[in-house]
Amino acid sequence: MIEVNGRKVEWVKNETVTELLKRVKYTFPLVVVKINDKVVPKNCFSETIIPDNSRVAVIHMISGG
Amino acid sequence: MVKTIMNKQKYDKIKNKLQNSSVGIAGLGGLGSNAAVALARAGVGRLVLVDYDIVEKRNLNRQYYFTDQIGKAKTDAIVENIKKINPEILVETHNIKLVKGSMDVFFKDVDVIIEALDNAETKTAFIEEILLKLPDKPVVAASGVAGYGHSDRIKTIRSGNLYICCDEQAKSSDDDILMAPRVCLMANWEANIALEIILGEDK
Repeated sequence: MIEVNGRKVEWVKNETVTELLKRVKYTFPLVVVKINDKVVPKNCFSETIIPDNSRVAVIHMISGG
Repeated sequence: MVKTIMNKQKYDKIKNKLQNSSVGIAGLGGLGSNAAVALARAGVGRLVLVDYDIVEKRNLNRQYYFTDQIGKAKTDAIVENIKKINPEILVETHNIKLVKGSMDVFFKDVDVIIEALDNAETKTAFIEEILLKLPDKPVVAASGVAGYGHSDRIKTIRSGNLYICCDEQAKSSDDDILMAPRVCLMANWEANIALEIILGEDK
C-alpha cells in the first residue's frame, strides 16, 4: 500500500511515477512529485520506481500571480 | 499604546527576530509586490527580490505600484515603495529573469523563499529546482489565485519544507480574471506563513 496525497492506494510492483500518475488519473501536465519527502525531478518520472509503503505527494500548480 | 498592553518582552523578541531575518521573493507581480510590502511593514530586516519585468498599466489592478511608476523596472519601483514605508530595511534586487538551472542562485542565504511567479510551468520548475538544490530551505508557494470570492477555499498544504497556499478549485489565470482582493489575500497569506516559519507558531 502507498499513500498518494493522503489517500491510500494499492502498491504496484515496478511502477514508475509516470505510470502511477496515469493510474490515479492525475492528468495535469505540470506537477511537482515528492516520494517520502524527496523531490523527483520531472525528467526522472519515467524511470523512478515507487517503493512499497511510500508517501507520495503530487503537487499541482495553477497559473496566476 | 500597543507596547503597554502587550507583553513588552514578547514585542521586543519578535521585533529583533524579524530584524535579523531575511526573505527571498521570486517574482514581483501581484503576489510578490504585495508580499514584499507586507513583510517590509512587519519589519523583516532584509528582502531579496527578483523580477525582470516593467510596471505596466494593466498591473495596477492588483500589484503594489502606482501610475507614475509605469515603465519602470518592478525591482526599482518596489524599492521606492518599500523605502517610503520602512527606510531601514535592506532591499537587494535582481532585475533578471529566473531561468532553469540557476533559479536558486539569489536565494541561498535567505531564511525563507516565497514563490510569487505567474504561470504554472515556471512555478513548478522553480519549486522543483529549489527543493532539489536547497532541500533544507523553507519554500512558500501559491496556487490558484485567479478569480474573486471563495476566500474560504484557500488553505495551506504542507509537505516537508514546502508550504503551499492554495485553492485547488480555482481556474487558471488563462481562463479567469486576476483581481486585487484574492491576489492580495494569497500574497499576504504567503507572507504570513513566512512569519510563522521565522518566528515559530504563536502559542
